[in-house]
Amino acid sequence: MTDHVLVASADFDAAEQLQQLRQTSNATGAIATFTGLVRDYGDHSNVTGLFLEHYPGMTEQVIHGLIGDARERWDIQSARVIHRVGTLTLGEQIVFVGVSSSHRADAFAACEFLMDALKTSAPFWKKELTRDGEHWVEQKDSDRERGARWHQSDPGDD
Amino acid sequence: MTDVTITVHYFARLREQLGTEQETVTIPANLTLAELKQRLAERGAPWQLLTGERPVLAAVNQAMAKNATPLQDRDEVAFFPPVTGG
Repeated sequence: MTDHVLVASADFDAAEQLQQLRQTSNATGAIATFTGLVRDYGDHSNVTGLFLEHYPGMTEQVIHGLIGDARERWDIQSARVIHRVGTLTLGEQIVFVGVSSSHRADAFAACEFLMDALKTSAPFWKKELTRDGEHWVEQKDSDRERGARWHQSDPGDD
Repeated sequence: MTDVTITVHYFARLREQLGTEQETVTIPANLTLAELKQRLAERGAPWQLLTGERPVLAAVNQAMAKNATPLQDRDEVAFFPPVTGG
């Protein structure tokens, strides 16, 4: 198992992450990746940046646990999760999730599951920095619903 | 009853509102998480935020924990708002 979990302020190279996922196993036939960016609106408009706080230690444990959950549900070879913390400006990368598998269905599903679970289970908190001030972001019902739907139906085997 | 010493961490909005990032608290052994919140809230404003309407989540030793969790010596407790990462 060659999973990788990193929480850091430094930026990451998504291409290098993809390269790492390609080298996991000769059985790898599919890689799904997701990259999240800082955009100019959220709970408020005119967002100029984000401040991200986390709970050191617990965050990494929770993410490793989520990857374990993904392994129980899908046939995946490797998962890489990078989440940045600190102050990020417009357009910067926030988060990377990449999953390798033999089949695309498992790679897509595990990648989406990890991203949804990161939003509802990992101890990160976002603050929007705008021209008018700073605001802690509220947890969204839509994120809770997206997180919950993975517990409602069994994906089955494809 | 024996007293125990725990550390309590506060994160994000709660950390800012309480003006506290981390503290050491001495409490009677086997106090539950709910009882700890109640004790801290008795300090008065702004500490009643811990038992207010806005949801406050808690972890004990870096794992999510429920109100009934009993606290032991040297436990690491954390209080924080619902998470918003990703």
